[in-house]
Amino acid sequence: MNNSEIYIAIAVMAIANLITRALPFLFFHKKEQPKYMKFISDNFPAMIMIILIFYTLAKVDFANAPYGLKELIAISITALLHIKLNNYLISIFIGTLSYMVLVQYI
Amino acid sequence: MKYKEEMKFAFKVSIPVLMGYCILGFAFGLLMVSMKYDIIIPIIMSIFIYAGALQFLAIGFFSAKLALFDIFIASLFVNIRQAFYGLSVLDKFKDSKNLKPYLIFALTDETYGLITSIKENKNINHKYYYFFLSLFNQFYWVTGTILGAIFASYISFDTNGLEFSLTALFVVLAIEQYKVNKNYIPFLIGAISSILAIVFLPIANMLIASIIISLVFLFIFKKRVINE
Repeated sequence: MNNSEIYIAIAVMAIANLITRALPFLFFHKKEQPKYMKFISDNFPAMIMIILIFYTLAKVDFANAPYGLKELIAISITALLHIKLNNYLISIFIGTLSYMVLVQYI
Repeated sequence: MKYKEEMKFAFKVSIPVLMGYCILGFAFGLLMVSMKYDIIIPIIMSIFIYAGALQFLAIGFFSAKLALFDIFIASLFVNIRQAFYGLSVLDKFKDSKNLKPYLIFALTDETYGLITSIKENKNINHKYYYFFLSLFNQFYWVTGTILGAIFASYISFDTNGLEFSLTALFVVLAIEQYKVNKNYIPFLIGAISSILAIVFLPIANMLIASIIISLVFLFIFKKRVINE
């Protein structure tokens, strides 16, 4: 994209993001939300996080060497750190650093 | 100064977010400028979009030249969880009048977390406390972005692999989700839908397609999801 296309795209994202934040203030004045909404709101965040992990890895070639092994190693490091230490800055920082080392030096 | 107490209390509450937003904002600014985007672009994004995951994803949208409509739909779905946050602060924001538009605009995951979980001091004006808390948090995010963008334009180093910070962010968020919703089925549905979309569809359609597939699966297996 060139710069003017990028600025338009930024405006579109800003509007879409604002809509998601403003939606309940526009439509829901009651406290009770419909049952199907509760079902989606309970389960959608888990699905979308996994989808986004795959989305960020969509360009990785799993069919040829190194078969996405570097990504798997870095994800394991990130996840293990997060389960052990429960500090998201450490998990993201060390996880990213280890991936950078894997792709730059190995 | 008027509202000094509200400001002080808001600052104290916002300290845990200070580090996080400065560092993630820094990484975002650094990543964009090191990929040769104008220094002003990440800064504008942090001021007007102000949504971490979406801003990182946007870099992919730009380079894939995604159509505006697809960007719109993808942004809605990526951040639709925020609509559920709003539901639980409807009451808190009820009397905030002229400050309400900004409070809604700035309702990020972290600000929502603080507003709903920190015990409030009864002697302060709540709407100004929420306002300063939201403002401080965005200030940290924008400051981090500016510092990262400037840093990248002066110092050049090999940033190959830095984009993994986004994957790592979602891994962390998925683990956090599991703590809230200890049901493996939605995670499994997310994985299966993504794999189907990657195998059968071009990458440009993958995000939206996997979201649609996952929603279909969610309702097909509704009983199992609820009983698990």
